[in-house]
Amino acid sequence: MATAGEILRRSLTEEVGFSKGSVSGSEELHVLAVDDSFVDRKVIERLLKISSCKVTVVESGSRALQYLGLDGEKSSVGFNDLKINLIMTDYSMPGMTGYELLKKIKESSAFREIPVVIMSSENILARIDRCLEEGAEEYIIKPVKLSDVKRIKDVIMGGDGEQKKRKSVRKRGREDCFYSLSQPQLVQSSSSPAFDFLPSELQSSSPFSTLSLSKRPKLQTRD
Amino acid sequence: MDSVVQLQRQLVDYSAQLFNEGFLDDQFNQLQQLQDESNPDFVVEVVTLFFEDSERLLDELAKALEQQSVDYRKIDAHVHQLKGSSSSIGAQRVQKVCIGFRNFCDERNIEGCQKCLQQVKHEYSLVKTKLETLFKLEQKVLAAGGSIPWPM
Repeated sequence: MATAGEILRRSLTEEVGFSKGSVSGSEELHVLAVDDSFVDRKVIERLLKISSCKVTVVESGSRALQYLGLDGEKSSVGFNDLKINLIMTDYSMPGMTGYELLKKIKESSAFREIPVVIMSSENILARIDRCLEEGAEEYIIKPVKLSDVKRIKDVIMGGDGEQKKRKSVRKRGREDCFYSLSQPQLVQSSSSPAFDFLPSELQSSSPFSTLSLSKRPKLQTRD
Repeated sequence: MDSVVQLQRQLVDYSAQLFNEGFLDDQFNQLQQLQDESNPDFVVEVVTLFFEDSERLLDELAKALEQQSVDYRKIDAHVHQLKGSSSSIGAQRVQKVCIGFRNFCDERNIEGCQKCLQQVKHEYSLVKTKLETLFKLEQKVLAAGGSIPWPM
């Protein structure tokens, strides 16, 4: 007999399509954005709206969990009404960090399939690795640009429908960069040749392979 | 009374100056891309939020540095926020001072922190004045019946 959790996940998957590729072109992507900064909340909301996404913005990880109904309290939104296709969260937030939020989401049977993107102004490799290994779809360096949102949207909506293929790490630009495990092609950045590098193709069967980079960016000691 | 073309020229020149002098960077252009007929005041709204947020943070920083026992973690947290929001609107010079400020926090260097606070207040005040001037120029162009040629 299927458990309640399994039934829930199946019905959610059928209705919404948490995995890539199952959101049809006619449906709007519903994004939950989490950021403690007033300015960044306004910007991310607009970035997403102008990219034809439905947006819910909250100011903290605990509010995000409340919204998703994962905080143990009764959610104000019924599961059937809650159709989140993507979560974008700031990393550094008081209370619960974006990483902690990511973990909670990945621990939840109902929501673990939702792609989570981490946004951070800090380019700290250990932090990036940790987030990607915990299952983050991408780690974007702030400030977030329209091209970042467009790319993420394309990835989420234009997926191959299979389990995410963890292939190569791609990095572009000087301060504008993101880390992703799901890019199938290498893209050379023209803006900052100093940061170009060849990623190694990850052949492991595990989706959370260790990343190996031939050239490491400048590490910050702060974490 | 300046013609529309003259006003537009003034606006373009002033804007170019702000970019050349490093007050604004490409992120400000990004914000312009998010403004359209459905959201004609988006940039002014975001920048206004930035002003409010920054003033609050600068107050908090001043208070924190006056304490008997300085809480560097708290100061660092405030500077981090200020760095983030200035970066989000393209206020490059403010952002740069914040980077140095955080280093002094790491070193628990009270004098360095105080100096940076003065610097960041100064840079903030400069960029605020310049953005307000920019917005006034935009209003003049619009009032004269012209359109804003973004990005410039």
